[in-house]
Amino acid sequence: MTEPLVARHSLEYPGGYTRSVGDVVGRYLTGLRDGRIEGARLADGRVLVPPTEYDPLTSAAVSVDDFVEVGPAGTVVTWSWVANPRAEKHALDRPFAFALIRPDGADTSMLHMVDVATPEEMSTGMRVIPHWRSDRIGGVSDIEAWRPYKDGDPIPEVPPLPFSENMGDSVTGIVTSGRLDYEIAAGESTTRFLLGLAEGKIIGGKAVGSDDVYAASRGTDPTTGAPTSISVDVSDTGVITTFCIVNIPGLSDLAPEIPYVSAQVLLDGADNTFFGLIRGCSVDEVRMGMRVKAKWLDQLTTDHGSIEWWEPTGEPDAEYTDYKDYL
Amino acid sequence: MRDVAVVSFSYSTIAKEQMRNEVEMLAPVITEAIDASGIARSDIGFTCSGSFDYLQGGPFSFVMGLDAVGAWPPIRESHVEMDGAWALYEAWIAIQTGEVDSALVYGFGKASQGNVHEIMSLQLDPYYVAPLWPSMVDLAALQARAYLDSSGLSERDLAEVVAQAMRSARDTPQAIRSGEPSIEELLAAPYVASPLRDADIFPTTDGVAAIVLAAGDLARSVNKRPAWIRGLDHRIEPHSLGARDLTRSESTALAAKHAGVASGPIDVAEVHAQFSHEVLILSEALGVDPSIVNPSGGPLAANGIMSAGLVRIGEVAQRIMDGTANRGVAHATSGPALQQNLVCVLEGE
Repeated sequence: MTEPLVARHSLEYPGGYTRSVGDVVGRYLTGLRDGRIEGARLADGRVLVPPTEYDPLTSAAVSVDDFVEVGPAGTVVTWSWVANPRAEKHALDRPFAFALIRPDGADTSMLHMVDVATPEEMSTGMRVIPHWRSDRIGGVSDIEAWRPYKDGDPIPEVPPLPFSENMGDSVTGIVTSGRLDYEIAAGESTTRFLLGLAEGKIIGGKAVGSDDVYAASRGTDPTTGAPTSISVDVSDTGVITTFCIVNIPGLSDLAPEIPYVSAQVLLDGADNTFFGLIRGCSVDEVRMGMRVKAKWLDQLTTDHGSIEWWEPTGEPDAEYTDYKDYL
Repeated sequence: MRDVAVVSFSYSTIAKEQMRNEVEMLAPVITEAIDASGIARSDIGFTCSGSFDYLQGGPFSFVMGLDAVGAWPPIRESHVEMDGAWALYEAWIAIQTGEVDSALVYGFGKASQGNVHEIMSLQLDPYYVAPLWPSMVDLAALQARAYLDSSGLSERDLAEVVAQAMRSARDTPQAIRSGEPSIEELLAAPYVASPLRDADIFPTTDGVAAIVLAAGDLARSVNKRPAWIRGLDHRIEPHSLGARDLTRSESTALAAKHAGVASGPIDVAEVHAQFSHEVLILSEALGVDPSIVNPSGGPLAANGIMSAGLVRIGEVAQRIMDGTANRGVAHATSGPALQQNLVCVLEGE
């Protein structure tokens, strides 16, 4: 068995993921932007920090009218040490502690970071105070981190924000970013198929005791779940079973200029259809039953892109009865 | 209520599967479970799976998983974006409705294709918590310290839990980790997120699991000793970590009460404890002695993400089906720091 292929890909939302925050979360984040920590006083008198739209115990609605200021000093309820901060994820580039911190006057605690040099400086019950950023935008990272605090010491000043025309407005949304990297193992069958593409061949598979051939099999006959252990070469010619003419511009960076045709192609010798673009004729000429052939890239790769598009062979159209079961 | 039983179970795990894709991992396990059930594939009434798209970074991964089932002629099917234990709950409900008499349940996931500790952060509160990017290990460590502080127990007690799990795992073919580590050896290892060390944290595991359920007479006709589900319940706590009592698992205790854990003796317990301290918190909540917990080694030995909860049910059911236990409890968890918990009581006839 050849070494299976591995694809590297990333999951990321360019520009970040935008969320509306609503009244309650918006009021809390507005407070953070203005250098103030607030909580919501619940019906039973407890003060919930950070506030949520509903009392987590009773589900009674929480209103901005219930807001009270808490802190700024607080107490560490529990903590864990991050010896190796993760670049692009964590706001601090040096070791720190994650902690649940209960601000003075609150009955619940909030997750945040404590900025000390070593874990020996951390302890449950220690007193901490927020260190505010000077470029606050209305988000939990407006507090850069919390720092140790000795009761009776002066409360550090909150650095003022530079003047801006909308500095009095309420926070209505946040943008969050993040990226995850993956290494996806193609598996045996897909590897076989992709290596075939690099040689200009379409490889399918079939299960023992079955005549059904699946081009680009993922490893099983999808109708029975049996492994497609027998490798079968499939033709690079076939029949258009169904198609659509795309008139929407900019669907993807890879899409050709509109109008273009996307189609399902039933390959000769296979029992499943294959997605492809149809070119080499006007979009008006494309029809169900039309015979087509793969147009291979000059430089073949282990990638679906090895087949650039499908073009008419000029052979007579297939009969509807020949492909009606594959629609 | 209809009597419903586990009639077969199969699972596989590997630290990092590079030869096979998810479908290729699933197919043999599903086939083994169906073959062992004595029910023909075409006679299974309902199919339900658990998986998590962010593990591979693409949408609708469960649709691909169906290639391993055989979905023609069309089958009744459903999916949960959770561990397979919750898929089993849905399948159990489906059988309770009387519409079907049997079900195939499976869970699958390859945790090794990305950074699973960070991927799980995508389930956190997006306003207050997720932007800070705590990993699931960081959050578990907060709970571990809160538990140690409140219970008076120490990191040595956590090491004892790990040592017991590793000894038990020696007899489990699916174990990624097993052995006879000394307490001193365990305590000498560096912290990953204090107070947790590497051995206190589940090993990254690619895994798949499948269970076949059957009702009443069908279960009796295909299996000499089915593992009957006597109680099944799940409960969830608020998402806000600071609004919860992290030193205990109230949701597990409540699910255990409703599942009837205490209404008979418990011979075996399998809990979905992905961190050492969770074994202790969950044992307390279930009211079982930690010495009978996780005879398989549990998730500290192998933890297929999205299948390990279902495996707990399977491990208990297997011991009942083979006659080594008569009544047991299985637990599955979801969410950060034991937010949501499912409890299943199983019994022989």
